[in-house]
Amino acid sequence: MAHKTIVEDNIDILVAGAGLGGTGAAFEARYWGQNKKIIVAEKANIDRSGAVAQGLYAINCYMGTRFGENNPEDHVRYARIDLMGMVREDLLFDMARHVDSAVHQFEEWGLPIMRDLQKGSYLREGRWQIMIHGESYKPIVAEAAKKSADKVYNRVCITHLLMDEAKENRVAGAVGFNVRTGDYHVFKSKTVICGAGGASNLFKPRSVGEGAGRVWYAPWSSGSAYALMINAGAKMTQMENRIVLARFKDGYGPVGAYFLHLKAYTQNAYGDEYESKWFPGLQEMVGKEYLDPELSHATHRPIPTCLRNHAIIHEVNAGRGPIHMVTMHSFQDPHLEEIGWHNFLGMTVGQAVLWAATDVDPKNENPELTTSEPYVMGSHATGCGAWCSGPADISPPEYQWGYNRMMSVEGLFGAGDAVGGTPHAFSSGSFTEGRIAAKSACQYIDDGKAEGIRVSEATIAKLKEEVFRPMEHYKLYRNDIVAGEVNPNYHNPRQSLDRLQKLMDEYCAGVTVNYMTNDKLLSIGLKKLKIMEEDLQKIAAKDLHELLRAWEVKHRHRTSECVMQHTLFRKETRWPGYYYRGDALKLDDKNWHVLTVSRRDPQTGKYTMEKAPLYHLVDVEKAAAAE
Amino acid sequence: MPTFVYMTRCDGCGHCVDICPSDIMHIDTTYRRAYNIEPNMCWECYSCVKACPQNAIDVRGYADFAPLGHSVRVVRDEEKGVIAWRIKFRNGKKDMSLLAPITTKPWGTCIPQLANVAGPSQEQRNSQLLYNEPKYIRMDDGGLHTLESNGLVMKEGVYY
Repeated sequence: MAHKTIVEDNIDILVAGAGLGGTGAAFEARYWGQNKKIIVAEKANIDRSGAVAQGLYAINCYMGTRFGENNPEDHVRYARIDLMGMVREDLLFDMARHVDSAVHQFEEWGLPIMRDLQKGSYLREGRWQIMIHGESYKPIVAEAAKKSADKVYNRVCITHLLMDEAKENRVAGAVGFNVRTGDYHVFKSKTVICGAGGASNLFKPRSVGEGAGRVWYAPWSSGSAYALMINAGAKMTQMENRIVLARFKDGYGPVGAYFLHLKAYTQNAYGDEYESKWFPGLQEMVGKEYLDPELSHATHRPIPTCLRNHAIIHEVNAGRGPIHMVTMHSFQDPHLEEIGWHNFLGMTVGQAVLWAATDVDPKNENPELTTSEPYVMGSHATGCGAWCSGPADISPPEYQWGYNRMMSVEGLFGAGDAVGGTPHAFSSGSFTEGRIAAKSACQYIDDGKAEGIRVSEATIAKLKEEVFRPMEHYKLYRNDIVAGEVNPNYHNPRQSLDRLQKLMDEYCAGVTVNYMTNDKLLSIGLKKLKIMEEDLQKIAAKDLHELLRAWEVKHRHRTSECVMQHTLFRKETRWPGYYYRGDALKLDDKNWHVLTVSRRDPQTGKYTMEKAPLYHLVDVEKAAAAE
Repeated sequence: MPTFVYMTRCDGCGHCVDICPSDIMHIDTTYRRAYNIEPNMCWECYSCVKACPQNAIDVRGYADFAPLGHSVRVVRDEEKGVIAWRIKFRNGKKDMSLLAPITTKPWGTCIPQLANVAGPSQEQRNSQLLYNEPKYIRMDDGGLHTLESNGLVMKEGVYY
């Protein structure tokens, strides 16, 4: 197959990946850059791509300052305790102070947001969540992005960022290929806003066979956000902070509405409350500052999600599983029952399919819960991602180097899963981060920072060879064998993914080892990942679909390597219930009340790890009293 | 699996191929109809099911944990702005029909074309404000929250 080269030149803003973050960026960029050239590249179809492709039944990040409900700092404190202190509070405050304006626009655009008819405000599921009929959430925001962008390239998978050859450490665009036509796409751009996705499928899933598709985060979330940025030499943060979800067994259907709105709760197989008995031991591991059930009871400070997972994991290991969600009480109310089902149909249809198949009617029985395999992402309740500059009016010097949401690579911005240290952004927060990044990118261009970027023909040709190598490799060696998939010269993408998942599971605290690892295991895992990288040079793709899968697994591999490095670096157990370091089972605030920051040298492949100081938002009076 | 395609209903139009987020709905070269080429990368997101003009695509729950004999069907109507679901249990004891709105406005009409709105002033450019702000934050005349307005400082160290 001859691959045509299609060059899109003189782009001002390239949005790489158009989920909620990317659509927010494309939409907003037009306002601050009315004459700028805005291009979107999306590996699927923008109308149904990203984590919100199938819809949502709630917007999980909405302050409601309009209704006197919360201030941005309240949300920052919530994210802080949920993540055991490890968040970028400048970025979180910034996202939270803007997020309501995004949600109010969604409503104006036609997104059905439920109202509390008594109060006149939006119907709350919990303190931060509002309920929506969001089946068409993604098509609606996609429409906004399409109206603003000069062109949306659907089915173009970005494989590499382009680096400027005139100035070191400056971005100059991206390259990729069209999954349908096989064309090679070159985007020469002054700025890139990375809106690509976090990572499902890094770790061996609980499911086998077909069910491997029923992952919690979308199977098309291939860690491209991280791999693109790591390969460009961008600094990453908190990559060890993978998340494990306690969800309905097998279907991984959402539990938020069940806990918060339907007032369901959990119990062990014998009908007993189990959480509290694990808390004293946990308190010894993490300290009273992070787990204080009496204080939480009195002040409604949440118990961190990882610690609740810990209780589930330990109760099951003690032989009293499975854990059940008690739904039978609330489901007697037909209105609440309907909400329970709508909740699945709006965002995880597969859970409704499963309960229909297994005759689970939550009115008559309490469904099973389980803890999932780990996921690496930065927009739900965890904060993996790039080390980004914060807003000038909030951030301390260590967190600020010019442009809001710009990474340590000049001209490279991020939103959603790409931005590190900003958990609990969810859909609305990711869209908001995209808007912030778009405004900053326009400023960067207007300040003349992108003058004179240069990409040589040699680079473009070299990357083209690399992009299509898996197909060439297949052609070269396919006929060494009669038929089938066993070939001594290559692995196919599925075989590579299976190998990666097994490796991550066993060495980096997956589900089959009860989320446990240590320094020795991680060091072995890193060696195995290095060897796997050599084999990935020889990965084979028999068609364009497999080429897509080949690049996805390459991106997952690079993401995994970074996760492994970070997990090895943080010598403590900061989030029991997400993972455990067997050689350092306690939380250690003396040495590790810091953010972890890594950089992979693109030339040598070597990682440098450092600790970055943690700043917290503190009331002025309290700060004065402390001094 | 996930999705599968009924042979007698599919006419090979390719809407499902066009929309699938996972790139797994492809046209079979022999039969000229669509099928799911990679069921273990299917999220059961129903994007293809909703997009199919022939109602030719359905879902059979994942073989590793879902017994046969259930059904979750859907019709999505952009013009009416609604989505209709029907859930049937394996044992036949539950058969639910559920209806939900998908939009409150005629499709795509209420999203602004930002190229045509008045551009930002230099003052707005120098501020922390985004499009439509501060108005849209509280739908009143209040300003943007800052550390100063909320009585906060950023301090390095261990705080809980």
